[in-house]
Amino acid sequence: MPDETSTAMAETVEQVRELTDAKYKHGWSTDIEMDMAPKGLSEDIVRFISAKKDEPAWLLEWRLKGYARWLEMPEPEWAKVTLPPIDYQAVHYYAAPKSMADKPQSLDEVDPELLRTYEKLGIPLREQEMLAGVAVDAVFDSVSIATTFKAKLEEVGVIFCPISEALERCPDLVRKYLGSVVPQADNKHACLNSAVFTDGSFVYIPPGVRCPMELSTYFRINQENTGQFERTLIIADKGSYVSYLEGCTAPQRDENQLHAAVVELIALDDAEIKYSTVQNWYPGDENGKGGIYNFVTKRGACRGRNSKISWTQVETGSAITWKYPSCILQGDNSVGEFYSIAITNNMQQADTGTKMIHLGRNTKSRIISKGISAGRSDQTYRGLVKISAKAEDARNYTQCDSLLIGDRCGAHTVPYIENRNKTATVEHEATASTISEDQLFYLRQRGIPQEEAVALVVNGFCREVLQQLPMEFAVEAQKLVGISLEGSVG
Amino acid sequence: MLEIHDLHVSVDGTEILKGINLVVNAGEVHAIMGPNGSGKSTLAHIIAGRDGYEVTGGRVVYKGEDLTALEPEDRAAKGVFLAFQYPVEIPGVANTTFLKEAINAQRRFNGKDELDAMAFMKMLRAKTKELGMSDDMLKRAVNVGFSGGEKKRNEVLQMAVLEPSLAVLDETDSGLDIDALKIVADGVNSLRRPDNAAIVITHYQRLLDHIVPDHVHVLAHGRIQRSGGKELALELEAKGYAQFAEEAA
Repeated sequence: MPDETSTAMAETVEQVRELTDAKYKHGWSTDIEMDMAPKGLSEDIVRFISAKKDEPAWLLEWRLKGYARWLEMPEPEWAKVTLPPIDYQAVHYYAAPKSMADKPQSLDEVDPELLRTYEKLGIPLREQEMLAGVAVDAVFDSVSIATTFKAKLEEVGVIFCPISEALERCPDLVRKYLGSVVPQADNKHACLNSAVFTDGSFVYIPPGVRCPMELSTYFRINQENTGQFERTLIIADKGSYVSYLEGCTAPQRDENQLHAAVVELIALDDAEIKYSTVQNWYPGDENGKGGIYNFVTKRGACRGRNSKISWTQVETGSAITWKYPSCILQGDNSVGEFYSIAITNNMQQADTGTKMIHLGRNTKSRIISKGISAGRSDQTYRGLVKISAKAEDARNYTQCDSLLIGDRCGAHTVPYIENRNKTATVEHEATASTISEDQLFYLRQRGIPQEEAVALVVNGFCREVLQQLPMEFAVEAQKLVGISLEGSVG
Repeated sequence: MLEIHDLHVSVDGTEILKGINLVVNAGEVHAIMGPNGSGKSTLAHIIAGRDGYEVTGGRVVYKGEDLTALEPEDRAAKGVFLAFQYPVEIPGVANTTFLKEAINAQRRFNGKDELDAMAFMKMLRAKTKELGMSDDMLKRAVNVGFSGGEKKRNEVLQMAVLEPSLAVLDETDSGLDIDALKIVADGVNSLRRPDNAAIVITHYQRLLDHIVPDHVHVLAHGRIQRSGGKELALELEAKGYAQFAEEAA
């Protein structure tokens, strides 16, 4: 009965409209005295940031090179997103709490207001209050506030610290690997990041070490008229293993704020990196006002034989997401994985996917993408599987499933396959479905209210990906899916 | 328990039910039989609260309350259960998760504490054992890849877990072989109690060999044409529904 379906859908869509951003739980801001760079972007600003961080000359040169390329490079226009031109001169490229200038040596010296901010976000930074087994680097606008469990990690030789601190502690490692996966001039947003990046996390796992805890970074954009430009660099030396998770939130503001991050992963022989993201930046209101522009370049290089890099992302926030966590499978027998859940609602736009570049022999990649669109949102999966001539016996499996809620949203799948090797196997499956009225009625008839019923169906739809998240975060992510659905799906 | 007075229901402007009267008391099992297209499933959906039906006249009163004014989930929490003719697949959601969500949603509605994982699993295992079902079914996604028989048994399991006051079984026998039919019927019988009631909707008499009704009603052309005891079902089996086609005309 088509009428029945459309009635129920109309109801669902109505609820979507009613709930919207009232459900965004991290929309508050912290009032704190900040040390800011003047608005705008110029060579002087790049020098200002480098000087603030007391950086070596080579890094300033490196930044300036990125800036020079940024000036000449056009905005990427191939993604299926629309946005007005970004006014890069209206943004402060450096914003740090004044109290951080004294370089607090322990949590006791950190401004309690900052600690309270993270507590309110559910991320207590005092070790005894934290989830056991999870170390956190807390980044507030342009700087890292605190990194927990540093000492415990050092016992096994793991370095986990803000990247600015890594420049002092292990400058050679930073110099060797920074930009080695994502060069300064990779794309417009990466150029910008290279020029003005402030903090971000640095991880080094020594040979043969299995990192004893989950590492995580919590990114918070707080100040208005700022952006966040962090740079994360993770190196897993031979035979090592690390699981890393990032989370992000931002206050509810009417302006669009830019988040242009770069993440580089390097896995050497027999090493494995598992990188998970729970992205919950402010998505803007129901009319598309405000929200974060999440323009992020994430790439991992499986440099060594038998190495493995696995990306898992749960993308629920941001006004616009432009993000393609990718793997370069250089080492023979290396494995790349991409597990993604993207939820868009209201006026959100997401163009996200991955690139799997097979260079080595017998390399394998697996892509599982689950997209949920609601409201008037528009979502695109864009993925490249590239098999080079030397990648004998390479294999790829791709599965893209889209779930649509209501009749005003869009879901698109754009797979690119370039295969130059006859021995390769490439599989692609795609489905598109809606939440059926039958499913909702069935669940409601068992006593489950409509909103919870929708959340349950969507969690089921995403299960394969949710299972990939570290245990400590899987439950949180499941709840987040539910919450964004309360707010986004009805 | 349930009183239906002169109920008229339309779908897309076409009248399907044309004045139904039915009284179901606690402890009773009523069978509603009738040919295809007689309005049997419409009646089941009206009781459960499915969208797409318009009540144009009459009343459905459940435990003294106007049932049609309630959301489907609220009816469920108040004890109305529909065993579906075509149970729905929910990919990726384990049966256990689904049942726990359902029972706890009902408990919340009724102002009771939710069951924790331990208490719930204990109860669930006891119910599956009682019904002679395997735990294997609990881990699988709701109805996904289930055979016809398994789907219907899953409906009975849900009924056992949720312990409704009023269960409506909508053609639970359709698509079942005789063994599966017996298992389902045994399940339903084991849930019969003096304080609950059931309405068994069926096309064929054979289910009623196993679930013996107190009352049998013949529904044809949107009206209950005849009511009687269990012997009425046997008469129908012998004579078919054709006689009612004539009476109605």
